[in-house]
Formats: sequence, C-alpha cells, structure tokens
Amino acid sequence: MRRFLLACGLTLFALAGHADTAAPVAADPVLEERVMALSHKLRCLVCQNQSIAESDADLAVDLRGQVREQLSAGRSEDEIADYMVARYGDFVLYEPPMRASTLLLWLGPIVLAVVGIGVLMIRLARRNKESAPALDEAQRARARALLEENDNDGTQA
Amino acid sequence: MKAKFLVPLFLFLLLVGFLGFGLSLNPREVPSPLIDKPAPDFTLARLDTPEQTLGLSDMKGQVWLLNVWASWCVACRQEHPVLVALSKRKEVPIVGLNYKEVRGDGTIDMRKVPEQNELPMAIERARGWLQSHGDPYDVSILDINGRVGIDFGVYGVPETFLIDKQGVIRYKHIGPITPDALRDTILPKVAALKAES
Repeated sequence: MRRFLLACGLTLFALAGHADTAAPVAADPVLEERVMALSHKLRCLVCQNQSIAESDADLAVDLRGQVREQLSAGRSEDEIADYMVARYGDFVLYEPPMRASTLLLWLGPIVLAVVGIGVLMIRLARRNKESAPALDEAQRARARALLEENDNDGTQA
Repeated sequence: MKAKFLVPLFLFLLLVGFLGFGLSLNPREVPSPLIDKPAPDFTLARLDTPEQTLGLSDMKGQVWLLNVWASWCVACRQEHPVLVALSKRKEVPIVGLNYKEVRGDGTIDMRKVPEQNELPMAIERARGWLQSHGDPYDVSILDINGRVGIDFGVYGVPETFLIDKQGVIRYKHIGPITPDALRDTILPKVAALKAES
C-alpha cells in the first residue's frame, strides 16, 4: 500500500514538474484535503489576516501550489512549514513556535492571570481581617442591649 | 497611599504608550529571515539575451543590489527614477529580478495565454517598459513563474536585497526605495560592505 501511494505521489510530482505551474486542484481529494489543512495554518503575507487557503492573492495561490507540489512529492507537513518559515519567517505560521523571543507571547496571559488572581486573593484576605473590628466589653454590652431591644419591639408589634 | 489614585492613570498612560508604539510600526514590513544568510541559488534567463543565464555565482566577489520589479508594478514606477539616478553613479551594480512579468499582471487572463507565448510576451513587455522608463539594471533576469521570488521570500514588489561579496544577503528594503532610504541607509551599507574584504 505504501509503495502504491509513493508511486502515486511520484507520478503526480512528475506531472506537476511537466506543467509550468502545479494544477490548481490536485486530482486526489485526500491530497487536496491535506493541502487545504496545511494552508489554513499558513498566513498570507499580502493580505495578512487571511490564511493562504482563504486568500486569492497571487502569492497565496503560488504558495498553495508549493504546498501541493511538495506534499505530493512526499514531504511532511513539518518540512513544508519549515520551508515557508525559512523564506518568510515565523510570521507565516498562525501558531508561533515557542522560543526565547516568543516566550512573553505564550506565557504572558498565564503570568497575568496568576498575578491577577494573587492580587485578588491578597485583597480579599485583607478585607476579611478588616471587617471584623475588635469591640471592647462596654461596646459589646451596648450592642447586645440594642439587639435585645429590637427583638422585644419585634415580638410586641 | 496618597498617590494611589494615580495608579489607573499610570496604567492608562502605559497602555497609550504601547498602542502608540504599535501604530508607528508598519505591519506590511515583515522582517526577512534571510538577512545574514546566503542568498538562495538561482539560474535565470537574462532579459537582454534570453538564451544566456545569470546565476548567483556570477555575482560573487561583488557587492550588489537585487531589485525585484515588474512592468505591472505601480510602486516600481515610483522608485524607478531613484534607481536610474543610482545606476549613473556606478557605485553598485543593480540586478533586476523581473518578477512574474505576465502572470503577475492581474489584468491578463492567463487562460487565454498559451504557455509557449508567456516567455516572449514577458520579454517584449519588460524590454518595452525599460525603454520608456530608463534601464538602471546592469542585467535583468526573468523569473517567469515567481519561483525564485518565493526562494527570496518576496511577497510584494518592489523589494530590494543588498548582497555582499560572499553572496550573503545583508539587508532587505521592502517597498519603493525613497531618496532618503537610499542616502541614509542603503548607500552607507554598500560602502561598508565594499570595505569588507
């Protein structure tokens, strides 16, 4: 089976090599699905808020052709992503890789959440302490008297 | 404790600072990962003598500029006088990479252009354009299908690469070259690279 697939891939590659550009849509629907899946993860540099799967910009069409050609030549998704990054930089990836320069991007939200929750907990703990003010004995007696008075009012009415 | 009410104001100003910095950036200018890397190899037909080719190795030992252009590229018209003036100074050779001359032109329906006609059409169009606008290039080469453009990470025309004597890309200018960019950035870099052994 693998040999058969390899043969199919090589045949497609040979055909693509013949034509000046790759055919706009691969004949093999499975391959086309892989092409589109990978294309959705790659940013179009011309229209920057679209992936090369969604964009009809000239360059996006060319890059989709590259993805198709290289997939049918048997290269893996990772290899093709590396090929794009080598030419256009990490910017082509919608999901940037974890690196020293992208650490803030990846960890920033977590750090902010932890700091936020920490501050909230400290403030709440402080407020709880403050909300129980100490009363001296005379104040307690007075409070009790007031409460009892209220209770009596309540029963009489 | 008195200054506590200033905290939100301070945070707000910090946010304004970040947003202001963000506004000053140009999102169209994506830094190229090819800077300080060897230029991708290529061998392409010359525009003046299409039966001959020019390759990366032919430029070895020289500091040179690779300028990506096409006759359909509107912004190229803007930078063209700057390039023509630069070429007259004979300070640095300029190689023109004619990028997808025919199929890059959005007004051409490629389904109506037979495959064998594309190259002659590209040559005619490119030569005609250089004749009417002036030819600043020591040599122009034809990237008919844009494949070399992809290898160079070209995503918009015009783009200009500064390549050193060892064939390493040292600088990339995205968009039309302005007289200011030429004087303040590109020419000083050319002079520095020429001084390198």
